[in-house]
Amino acid sequence: MEAMTLLTWAFDLLLGLGLLWLAWRALACPDLFKAIVLFVAFGLFMALAWVRLAAPDVALAEAAIGAGLTGALLMAALARLGED
Amino acid sequence: MKWRRWLLLPLILALAAGLGYTVLSLPDQVQGLQGAVADQLEKSGVTNPVTAVLLNFRGYDTLLEMVVLLLALLGVWSLGAQPAVRTESDPGPVLDILTRLLLPVLVLVAAYLLWAGAHAPGGAFQAGAVLGAAGVLWILTCGRLQHGLARLPLRIALVAGVATFMVIAALALQTGRQLLEYPPAQAGSLILLIEAIATVSIGVTLATLFLGAEPTDKE
Repeated sequence: MEAMTLLTWAFDLLLGLGLLWLAWRALACPDLFKAIVLFVAFGLFMALAWVRLAAPDVALAEAAIGAGLTGALLMAALARLGED
Repeated sequence: MKWRRWLLLPLILALAAGLGYTVLSLPDQVQGLQGAVADQLEKSGVTNPVTAVLLNFRGYDTLLEMVVLLLALLGVWSLGAQPAVRTESDPGPVLDILTRLLLPVLVLVAAYLLWAGAHAPGGAFQAGAVLGAAGVLWILTCGRLQHGLARLPLRIALVAGVATFMVIAALALQTGRQLLEYPPAQAGSLILLIEAIATVSIGVTLATLFLGAEPTDKE
């Protein structure tokens, strides 16, 4: 039981730090394409965080909308930007 | 430019300190409205408390959320017509076959999420997002709306969710109840009906948002 708690703590810590790092990288990345990919990765990590917070409904919405469709919409917008 | 960054640093630190203080000073156990929801859950027609709140107790919020989604699409359309799909190139065999395999599965997953929403995590927005993702894949493989489908049928699909919601809300008013107060006996079926049509509307709205402009018949 002790080992499990320790493992969950380590996982949560890693998840939290990973979220912060991904958020920072997505904001600071000069390459917009990379920034979008980082944003999608951030969304997936965020969904995991919601699962850890025992909110599976929000996790589902985050994975489907935050990580999936927003990424696609941002990519479409980026393609538009390149046209001009 | 450099001094501005140094000016920002104390502001951000102050914000972080304020947020940290607020979070740490929250009471350990918050009762909230969990008890109230659990008490009324039987009357809501569903057994998943999240769906009960979203579609029954606070149905008004969900209705407005769907209106917001529709307004977002109108905003995009008002930016003017642009070439909707940029590449006419062949999608390639991998994407083509993958889409053929994935589309039915995505539709099935959406239907499952919709059905599961009554008793487990799931619901109209999640199912609609999966359906929207299926639409995006289909658009990427140069999917085209059949001639004539792009105008009126598309518009009907876009507003059907909000329209159904509003009709049911109005019917509740007509029968002497509050706005969006379902009769407890039919609440389950009404919620499923609203969610099913809302799922289609949300999916179509999200896929059309991806197009980025009002689709025309020519495509």
